[in-house]
Amino acid sequence: MSSAVFSTSAAQGRPFVFDSENEAEVCPEPLGVELFTEARPPQRAGNTGLPRPFQDSRLAGVTAASRLAVRPAPEMVSSGIAAMDMLTGGLPRGCLTEICGPASSGRSTLMLSALAAATWRREFCAVIDASDALDPQSVASAGIELDRLLWVRCGENSHHAEHCLEQVLRVTDLLLESGGFGLIVLDLGDLPPQTARRIPLTTWFRFRRAVEHTPTVLLAVERQSIAGSCSSLLIKLGLIKLGSIKLNTSENPERPMNSQFPAPTHAQLLTGLEITAELVRSRMERKPVRSAEITFASKTVWAG
Amino acid sequence: MPYACIFVPVFPVAAVFRAEPELRALAVAIFEGKPPLEKVFAVNESAGRIGITPAMTKAQAELCSELTLRPRSPMQESGAHAALLDCALSFSPCVEDAAADTAILDLAGMESLFGSLPEIAHNLFRRAAELGIDGNVAVASNPDAAVLAARGFSGVTIISPGRECETLGCLPIEVLSAKGCERNERKRKDDNQQKEAGLLGALLGTLDRWGVRDLQALAALPAIALSERLGQEGLRLQQLARGRTSRTLVPVEALPVFEEAIELEHPIVLLEPLAFLLNRLLEQICARLASRALNTQELRLTLELQNLTGGNPRLDFPETSSESDASPIASQTTAQHFVSGRQTKFCRTLSLPLPLLDPKLFLKLLQLDLNAHPPGAPIIKIHLAAEPARPRSAQGGLFLPPTPEPEKLELTLARIAALVGESHVGSLELLDTHRAEGFRMRRFMPGATQERAPALENRPGRTEPPKDKSAVAALRMFRPPLRATVTLENGQLVRVVCSKKKEAQGNVLWKAGPWRSSGDWWEREAWSRDEWDIALQTAEGIALYRLVHDLLGGGWFVEGTYD
Repeated sequence: MSSAVFSTSAAQGRPFVFDSENEAEVCPEPLGVELFTEARPPQRAGNTGLPRPFQDSRLAGVTAASRLAVRPAPEMVSSGIAAMDMLTGGLPRGCLTEICGPASSGRSTLMLSALAAATWRREFCAVIDASDALDPQSVASAGIELDRLLWVRCGENSHHAEHCLEQVLRVTDLLLESGGFGLIVLDLGDLPPQTARRIPLTTWFRFRRAVEHTPTVLLAVERQSIAGSCSSLLIKLGLIKLGSIKLNTSENPERPMNSQFPAPTHAQLLTGLEITAELVRSRMERKPVRSAEITFASKTVWAG
Repeated sequence: MPYACIFVPVFPVAAVFRAEPELRALAVAIFEGKPPLEKVFAVNESAGRIGITPAMTKAQAELCSELTLRPRSPMQESGAHAALLDCALSFSPCVEDAAADTAILDLAGMESLFGSLPEIAHNLFRRAAELGIDGNVAVASNPDAAVLAARGFSGVTIISPGRECETLGCLPIEVLSAKGCERNERKRKDDNQQKEAGLLGALLGTLDRWGVRDLQALAALPAIALSERLGQEGLRLQQLARGRTSRTLVPVEALPVFEEAIELEHPIVLLEPLAFLLNRLLEQICARLASRALNTQELRLTLELQNLTGGNPRLDFPETSSESDASPIASQTTAQHFVSGRQTKFCRTLSLPLPLLDPKLFLKLLQLDLNAHPPGAPIIKIHLAAEPARPRSAQGGLFLPPTPEPEKLELTLARIAALVGESHVGSLELLDTHRAEGFRMRRFMPGATQERAPALENRPGRTEPPKDKSAVAALRMFRPPLRATVTLENGQLVRVVCSKKKEAQGNVLWKAGPWRSSGDWWEREAWSRDEWDIALQTAEGIALYRLVHDLLGGGWFVEGTYD
């Protein structure tokens, strides 16, 4: 009986909400009828077509079927950069996050900040380095606890990009299967986009499924977005401009970059970069109506 | 004071059954001696039923097609004996190593720990079976009665105090002639033992001629008359038969040596059958370790290889690093090759970050290691040793962040190492140098990290990094550095062309430097270089690179990009 009623309601496009107003409309007779009685055939109330049992006020507390499958929002963790956390709400656990951008756009800076934040939380992290590009000095300077970072250097023994890619994907599979990591970074930043695009979409779906319902943040660093709809968060970093390079000259500590009379090269010191980040896609609750953009600064190790 | 005894009947056969459990249902005979004078040394019950007896020649025994012949293996017997002692020591700290096939336990005070005496006896029997030993267990109020009962009755026997004579009475008088029972009872020299054995045989022969066939008849003889005819030894035998002897145990100090070995009749050339045998050895060792409540942190595998004729067998081995020059990350498995006489040995050492006890995990790790480092010659003997270690005692916390499981992680790391190379997976360790690439890889050990700073783990307020800390501009390295062609105008960098990486070339928009550094001039690997930070106008846009001029080698290199 119940299924018939629900299907009728669904066919008519009505919501499964039994509030008092609807009851008044569909149930003019007094309530208090026994629920789901088999002995008595359902009595029709007026011309509504609804059987009597579903006119009971006790059904008002039943959660609508359409609301049952609502997925709980993933836990968000800090990316280590306050401005980025304000933009994205953090990095979601159990989801795939993509950071894409060209060279010198700040991808590694963001990656190391996320790693530093994760090791600060006493989590263990792994970096699957497709092109063996991680700089140990930068890692240490970023404040990452080295004992908590597993570095897998792919591509050393492989002479072909395909072989390297195969290594990266197999290592990622193994680490996701092993579990227990708070953050796994898949660094494809130096792979040419045409090579990175050879990763089948099914692989990204597999990664997404593997990381789902785990406390692991899976972070992919790449030049262009390649995971498609598998990523829950897509952050795009922009090209740097000449004016975004911060210098510290001996004459003027805040001398602008494109000054008419630049200081000699030995008197200039690179102190940092201004990084522009754009939130392109987010499947989180705080989904933006349009892409949002922020700018934050990074500083070099020697800048103090 | 209760005592228990575990006795393993036909010990050489039991040792073979422990190594090859599939033979238990077959008729098996063990032979020994130098060819062609090999003789049957021991047989199991099935072999006895088809007429095989000890002292038959091997040639005679081979005529029986149903019979399975195995050579006597001292290594297997020693492993079975060690397992027997481990089994006994898991129930009592006071154990006497009475013979290779007999162990006596002092059970005084053990009832409060392990239950009643029958429970202890049954658990002892079950534990021995788990270790691959089919033994008889007997519990009595004195050690000798326990030994006689274990030798005479199969399964588990409990003799109530005061009923020793009655229980042992039905046993044949031959149980007194057991050599093992007498071997360690009195510590005498070998010649004395031989004399004693000869005297005992003569006494038993005399008793047999008197018509004394069982212990009940011996116990019933008048003591004074027996003493007049057979002397003190006769009286001692009677006391044994009556179950009224009393002595203290000589406790054994069991060395923590966990070794198992298999000698192969036919050389193994494939990894799969080797893995099958390794699995068996690992299960035996792990069962022994478990019985002593121990784990292991180091496994040593020694493979004796067949000496290939014609040439040095070392040439057949793959390139593996020796223990001395192994990098820290490679110390997980170290290899040694050495030739002793005509035998060549191949050794692998598997070091684990934490004490573990999982034979399946160990097997997989050994398989991965042997896959990466094959021995290079047929294997004729396998020897496996485990270094015992106390199990780790780590208490988890409800609010601690997730940590990789040590067992799963070790296997994962071994698999990754097989994919990318041993030296390409692990943790970073910075070296005290200004040289570029001043770091080395070491093992990733989350367990050690957790144990090292347990107080920090639970420190309140350590959930988020400090907000005022700005991000550090990271450098992405090119390994190896990309050789570049640099155009200079009036000593200034103008253009950089990198043939290997098209993205890293273009006109120099901005530059800072040079920053000169040098070091290790007192060594052969001296270095001296100038570093530049440059902004290049590339096809994609502006990118920042680190340019290096090698002052000693004389070349320009793009070392990395600021990202």
